[in-house]
Amino acid sequence: MLVLAAAALVATPIAAQDLQGRNLAASCAICHGTEGRSVTKDMVPLAGLPREHIVRQMQDFKSGKRPATVMHQIAKGYTEAQIEAMAGWFAAQKR
Amino acid sequence: MKRRDFLKLAGAAAGASSLAELAGCAGASYKARVVVVGGGFGGATAAKYLRLWDSAIEVVLVERASLFTSCPLSNLVLAGFTAMDKIRQSYDGLRRHGVKVANDEATAIDAAKKIVRLERGGDLSYDRLVVSPGVDFSFDEIQDYEPAMKAGKVLHAWKAGPQTVDLRRQLEQMRDGGVFLMSIPPAPYRCPPGPYERASVVADYFKRAKPRAKVLVLDANPDITSKAGLFKTAWKDLYGGIIEYRGNCKAVGIDAATMTVKCEVEDVRGDVLNVIPPQGAGDIARQAGLITTNNRWCDVDWRTMESKAVPGVHVLGDATLSGPAMPKSASMASNHAKIAAAAIVEILAGRTPAPVQILNTCYSFVSEKEAIRVSSVHAWDDKDRTLKAVPGSGGVSAARSEAEGGYAWSWARNIWADSLA
Ligand code: HEC
Repeated sequence: MLVLAAAALVATPIAAQDLQGRNLAASCAICHGTEGRSVTKDMVPLAGLPREHIVRQMQDFKSGKRPATVMHQIAKGYTEAQIEAMAGWFAAQKR
Repeated sequence: MKRRDFLKLAGAAAGASSLAELAGCAGASYKARVVVVGGGFGGATAAKYLRLWDSAIEVVLVERASLFTSCPLSNLVLAGFTAMDKIRQSYDGLRRHGVKVANDEATAIDAAKKIVRLERGGDLSYDRLVVSPGVDFSFDEIQDYEPAMKAGKVLHAWKAGPQTVDLRRQLEQMRDGGVFLMSIPPAPYRCPPGPYERASVVADYFKRAKPRAKVLVLDANPDITSKAGLFKTAWKDLYGGIIEYRGNCKAVGIDAATMTVKCEVEDVRGDVLNVIPPQGAGDIARQAGLITTNNRWCDVDWRTMESKAVPGVHVLGDATLSGPAMPKSASMASNHAKIAAAAIVEILAGRTPAPVQILNTCYSFVSEKEAIRVSSVHAWDDKDRTLKAVPGSGGVSAARSEAEGGYAWSWARNIWADSLA
């Protein structure tokens, strides 16, 4: 019994890649909502968007191909690997 | 037992006074307790994310106010462009995440015993402590400020709340042709662009309601401290003859009888006095020995937000000794909280936290509908042991616009929800 109870208290550690994605993505929540579930229409909800779509948008913001008010300046702060980690994490969130 | 009083307040079901007792109890389902002192953007967000990321952690948030009032957008209340109830939120959303909200005041911290003393609820033990105290004012640096403030002759309205309402009333009652006199303290202070936003939106109100009234800005700093180009353009385009700006003008005293602000260089009279005093970390940080720098701010390890002075205590938000190019803003406090929450979850699991990259954005209104913005991204630098702005990232709005104004409201709604819902 005791052993079982103790085991239940140990949360399964999430994979390093997911943890990095989660922690990086948490910053975006100030505009895009907790876990990407925005409470407004104009700040696009990111939860559940396809991973490739998010990666492509971030690349296009970075290169200037997609015009933006703010995302071009933010996207330039992240490496390709960081973008992929965030995109994977957002894609896995429920809408 | 005092503990029980607290638990009653917090609405918890069972009483337990220590981690050992919690673990030994049949009903105990927590592996550790984190106490969060202060329910502003930093503290509220930390409480919520701790519960989101590890529901086996018991989180107790200690906050003296029963409602959250947002400093961001409170300048729009001053200008009459929105109402107080639009910038207020309840703490019920946090309760739904399982956060125990104690409507109480932390009066002392004993880090050796790992105890927070509450004004009404007795002693509260913790495994890790988060302190997000915001700022308090150094009133004594401006002669006669406090008596003048108590008499309602000068206000800061730099914490959204009763003074916001009072200053709005004074602006409404001011005669057309009167002078709204603002004084800005030396940087660093809470919300660098905030005073210039306030000057802008009050000027917009005057333009329509009291066309002969003026906004006179006395700045202790040599120049506008944030988004200077965008503010100057807006003032020139929209408020010529309404806003007058004087740099290098530090307030040192108040003469309430003649409604005069005494500066180092000159004495200036106004009809409504809004003098924002110099600031430092909130009083509880001082009591707890968390202040490390210039007798004002709390230095932290930016990988965990843990205090460099007191182990086991994480400090967030405006109270921190800001990293390079880091403003004291709501967005920063919210993202400090996420660094701390991620680190605490790892520490309590016996793992070493990895550094977290964060970002900032501050929107400022320059009129009822138009806003400007500044953004930055901050990454851990292993050599300099701090968070530094990522080269090539960040920047300001191309120009003021109603689109940025719309996004400013959306940012506010999302960051309020991210902290409290
Ligand atoms: C200051 C607010 C703000 C922050 C912070 C922010 N975004 Fe955005 N985001 C926007 C806005 C506004 C747009 C619309 C494009 C624009 O004007 O920049 C947008 C658009 C996007 C889009 C395009 C969505 C689509 O399907 O069209 C993606 C993807 C995105 N953001 C990802 C992110 C990520 C990832 C982060 C965190 C690293 C982030 N955003 C942080 C405001 C923000």
